[in-house]
Amino acid sequence: MSAPNGKAHWSLYLYCLFLLVPLYWLISMAVKSNRDILGGLELVPGNPTLANFVEIATNPAWYGAFINSLTYVCLNAALSITVALPAAYAFSRYRFLGDKQLFFWLLTNRMAPPAVFLLPFFQLYSAVGLFDTPLAVALAHCLFTVPLAVWILEGFVSAVPKELDEMAAIDGHSFPFFFFRIFIPVIRGGIGVTLFFCFMFSWVELLIARTLTASEAKPIVVAMTRTVSASGLDWGVLAAAGVLTILPGLAVVWFVRRHLVKGFAMGRV
Amino acid sequence: MQRANNRAWLAVAPVVLVVAFTAIAPLMTVVNYSVQDIFDVHTRLFVGLDWYRETLRDPRFLEALARQLGFSALVLALEIPLGIWIARCMPLQGRMTVAFLIVLAVPLLIPWNVVGVIWQIFARPDIGLLGAAVTALGVSYNYTSSALDAWITLALMDMWHWTSLVALLCFAGLAAIPPAYYQAAELDGASRWQVFRHVELPHLKSVLTIAVLLRLMDSLMIYTEPFVLTGGGPGASTTFLSQYLTSMAVGQFDLGPAAAFSVLYFLLILLLCWLFYTSVMKRGDEAA
Repeated sequence: MSAPNGKAHWSLYLYCLFLLVPLYWLISMAVKSNRDILGGLELVPGNPTLANFVEIATNPAWYGAFINSLTYVCLNAALSITVALPAAYAFSRYRFLGDKQLFFWLLTNRMAPPAVFLLPFFQLYSAVGLFDTPLAVALAHCLFTVPLAVWILEGFVSAVPKELDEMAAIDGHSFPFFFFRIFIPVIRGGIGVTLFFCFMFSWVELLIARTLTASEAKPIVVAMTRTVSASGLDWGVLAAAGVLTILPGLAVVWFVRRHLVKGFAMGRV
Repeated sequence: MQRANNRAWLAVAPVVLVVAFTAIAPLMTVVNYSVQDIFDVHTRLFVGLDWYRETLRDPRFLEALARQLGFSALVLALEIPLGIWIARCMPLQGRMTVAFLIVLAVPLLIPWNVVGVIWQIFARPDIGLLGAAVTALGVSYNYTSSALDAWITLALMDMWHWTSLVALLCFAGLAAIPPAYYQAAELDGASRWQVFRHVELPHLKSVLTIAVLLRLMDSLMIYTEPFVLTGGGPGASTTFLSQYLTSMAVGQFDLGPAAAFSVLYFLLILLLCWLFYTSVMKRGDEAA
């Protein structure tokens, strides 16, 4: 076992192996043709091919779905941060009527199963004419990303000493100047971590995204559940699409890697 | 000290607006449906609690509920101890730590249906490495035909997917323990178990509470991964609550029963989370 600063234990390497082997298998499938996949097991692909990736890059149904997904994920993250930041500041700095109750009630939204919202969401977004647009999915995902964003940001805001606010007021800065030019730069690490979690929960969600889209705004996760071609399930293309959906997550985790532990350390996910 | 200022409501208003649109209005709609029999847009009949009574007597609901509770208990029992163990195995700093953190974070960022696809490709006896390996050992294994195999595969998949979350949270908790505690424990000649029990575990309490809460609520909501991997089968052996609800709501458009189901489902999750949370907090108060 590790005492502080000890070396990694061998079982950690074993666990990482457990995490990586299924991923390796996915990647190896992605570079095989369907004939090779069904022809028998190969530990290392004998005839690696990029045909599956070319199929995705040239077929509008595939790359369009990717663009749709990225659109609503970015919209959602921007929206969540915009509304959550002032609220987090208020929860951290002020006492006001019903603040505790409101904060707790926000969190209970995180406990609502998405399946519960399928029916009303479909009707609500159809009624306001947003059905089958990325904006509908972005708004619907606010159901769990906004409470999360408020929760995480509140932790980061509370970690900033109040003296900063007071100093700015004494220096004669207006509140908007303080908030945008002084405060936001100070907690940009927290904003990064929040973006990471908003991205993470919006990008991975299937049920709501599937319910609120039909053909125009079909996201990648939905496109993947319908990859049945004439010759049956197209495993190679499916695996290639799977590999591509992992890349944005990897990029995001790379950008916030320094802040990640801090974000988790606040016990807020 | 926080200042009392009801103008802070202005800053909270946007959040309340967004949540009103995404959560309150839909929830009210569900509650509204759950007490009506809806034939079409203009013909509705108030039926009181009939749908609730019917749902609670529906054997398929009760079976799905039992499976759901069993599954959640199983994955919590597997993931929480394993997550703590993994976190304790991590080096606290250095180049390798960042590498381990990234590897651990990867499963959390994969779309849930892709997790299902990965395990489908990995566990199928014909094209999967795991399926083929187990079959080669002479064990008959097929998650599409055997309920037991389906459960094992689902539990393994869930461990693969979510243990990292517990591990990352615990790691963050461990990283926050001042080294002086370990030095003091060493001076006292504490055993590894005693160090864990009396130094590490108390410091992990808050992150572990969060980890258990998150895993509890998320495992109770599980839909996508079994939907892709087993489709709820074989038979109905891996049909959990969300799966059954979705088939009722979207498949059959049974508005009333599905709405009553939804309300019960949400209340169940709230109740379990609240029970867990208050019991942890209460024990904390007694110990303090």
